[in-house]
Amino acid sequence: MTTLITTGTARPRDSISAAIKSTAARGRPAVVAFMTAGFPDRAHFTHNLRAIAAEADVVEIGVPFSDPMADGATIQRASFASLQGGFTLTWLLGELAAMQPRPQAPLLLMSYLNPLLAFGLERLPEVARNAGVSGFIIPDLPYEESADMRAALDRVGIALVQMVTPVTPDARLRMLCSASQGFVYAVTMTGTTGKSVAVPDEVLEYMDRVQSMSPVPVCAGFGIRTAEHVMRMRGHVDGVVVGSALVEVLERGEDPAQFLRSLKS
Amino acid sequence: MKTQALKIDREALLAQTLRGEFPDARGRFGPFGGRYVPETLVPALDRLEQGIRDILPDPAFKAELDLQLRTWVGRPTPLTYAATLSQRWGAEVWLKREDLAHTGAHKINNAIGQGLLAKRLGAKRIVAETGAGQHGVATAAACARLGMPCTVYMGSIDMERQAPNVGRMKLLGAEVVPVTGGDKTLRAAIDEALRDWVSDPNGTFYILGSAVGPHPYPYMVREFQRVIGVEARAQMLAQAGALPDVVVACVGGGSNAIGLFHPFVPDTEVKLLGFEAGGIGPGLGQNAASLAYGTPGVLQGCYSLLLQDEHGQVQETQSVSAGLDYPGVGPEHALLASIGRLGFAAAEDDESLEALSECSRYEGILPAIETAHAFAGARKYAASNPGCRILIGLSGRGDKDMPTLQRTLLKGKT
Repeated sequence: MTTLITTGTARPRDSISAAIKSTAARGRPAVVAFMTAGFPDRAHFTHNLRAIAAEADVVEIGVPFSDPMADGATIQRASFASLQGGFTLTWLLGELAAMQPRPQAPLLLMSYLNPLLAFGLERLPEVARNAGVSGFIIPDLPYEESADMRAALDRVGIALVQMVTPVTPDARLRMLCSASQGFVYAVTMTGTTGKSVAVPDEVLEYMDRVQSMSPVPVCAGFGIRTAEHVMRMRGHVDGVVVGSALVEVLERGEDPAQFLRSLKS
Repeated sequence: MKTQALKIDREALLAQTLRGEFPDARGRFGPFGGRYVPETLVPALDRLEQGIRDILPDPAFKAELDLQLRTWVGRPTPLTYAATLSQRWGAEVWLKREDLAHTGAHKINNAIGQGLLAKRLGAKRIVAETGAGQHGVATAAACARLGMPCTVYMGSIDMERQAPNVGRMKLLGAEVVPVTGGDKTLRAAIDEALRDWVSDPNGTFYILGSAVGPHPYPYMVREFQRVIGVEARAQMLAQAGALPDVVVACVGGGSNAIGLFHPFVPDTEVKLLGFEAGGIGPGLGQNAASLAYGTPGVLQGCYSLLLQDEHGQVQETQSVSAGLDYPGVGPEHALLASIGRLGFAAAEDDESLEALSECSRYEGILPAIETAHAFAGARKYAASNPGCRILIGLSGRGDKDMPTLQRTLLKGKT
């Protein structure tokens, strides 16, 4: 369904679902690549983003926060290093707005709530849209607390992605799937980001259940690190989020594009 | 500051507060509180909220908690008249003796309460954070008593400055995990305990020690700590023959303070005064005084007042007291302060250590460094309000602080 707003332009958030669906339609899960903004340093940010956006179907840019309670060791380390290096959200949005040409892959920001509140909900949506941001993932903002944020982002057609987890009860799962925009972020396991998983059968069954309930594409995230993980998810989800493993590639100074190609092979 | 100033209706919120309407159904104390957590924890918090609703009012649970409080914790704790401090300060000074509670501080009231609740809810394992180590020791003791495995996260800096408590926790059978990430103090320990809980939200119960965190924690901690104020209020009437003019407590996250203050909130003629860690001064990073210097924001599950920079990054704090060394404050304190029901100020490191020394020397009681902030504040209040009747929450004893006191008050005196 193509939804057009009254001015006739597509909403930024529709580009996310479209990118994921078109890759999934070609028989492989879309790759949603996560990078921590300003890590390993601010100077190479746009260079790394371009390299990643050229290979990934969607790019999730992590906004560093002083208290990343949902993140494991890798992203904690990257967040603190980036903050030490002088990261601010204002800097990030400025860099994105200045990028010419814009990356092809849709961009989402993954941020804890407090840096967004400090930036100001009244100006965030427009500034983010002008920077080419299509969606937000806010790991410490449950649906029940999200009314103000949702209304603000709705104004400019930016997605607010909901997360679901293996311990989410069915009724809540259904509610979150129908509330989610862009895609549903299905966390593969309880715990923080970055742990490696074997992807047991229960996880695939849970993904199938999410798929059956969700009107938007479903992407699995947390612990997806190898091409085997990606292929195991094939047919059960529309996409996978690769985070800590990619941040570790950047940390080691290796080529992120090559790593992302290896996931797709 | 980019963070918007809160627009609140003080009169209406005060009226609601006095009617006891907070937290509301959304876990809010006026604008503060709420539940800002990863989705993985939402079902666990829902179950906890339901558990509180069903189990706390249950007469069998109440009887069990009451028995533990009387025969194991040592409640009621006494109210002590501080004759020499009264004379020195030109005031009438009363001390609510939580230092005499089992394990040496008020923390045990909450730890045994949550421990019993965890057991009722079928938890297999307990996690906790600790700053000064008092909540860690209390939780370790409660878990030992109730037969549950216990893991305590503690910042590596705090493990050093509160070393005696680390040994106590280990003897009580707890696993103590040093936290070397973040600020290596209480805040980092809470982050790490939350990460542990996120990994097993069904089997693990998180016993949070302060009146902070996502709903229903601030409410639950208050309910388990209210016993301090309920006893103190009755003891004041019985022993002093009147309510105090002012109730003074130290405030970090604020568990002992809310426990002492809450039963006095409707007594509008009684002033409530909280003293935060003033560290070495008023600048960002020099103290841990969130009511005095903080701005609204979200940290570790709740919307409250925080020490943060203009970009919403939470700042490192400084205080001689590990238990007050936290960049946020409980949402109910944020409400009470913003509507004027709670007065607050910061007591700096030096004056707090001096107050600790005075209380030790003249009352024969060595208070915790945290508690000493309340004494420093009470002394200043007495100086400008001669003859006033002061109730001080003596939240804990200072034995655990010997490593810090050796480096400060006792330096060169051996």
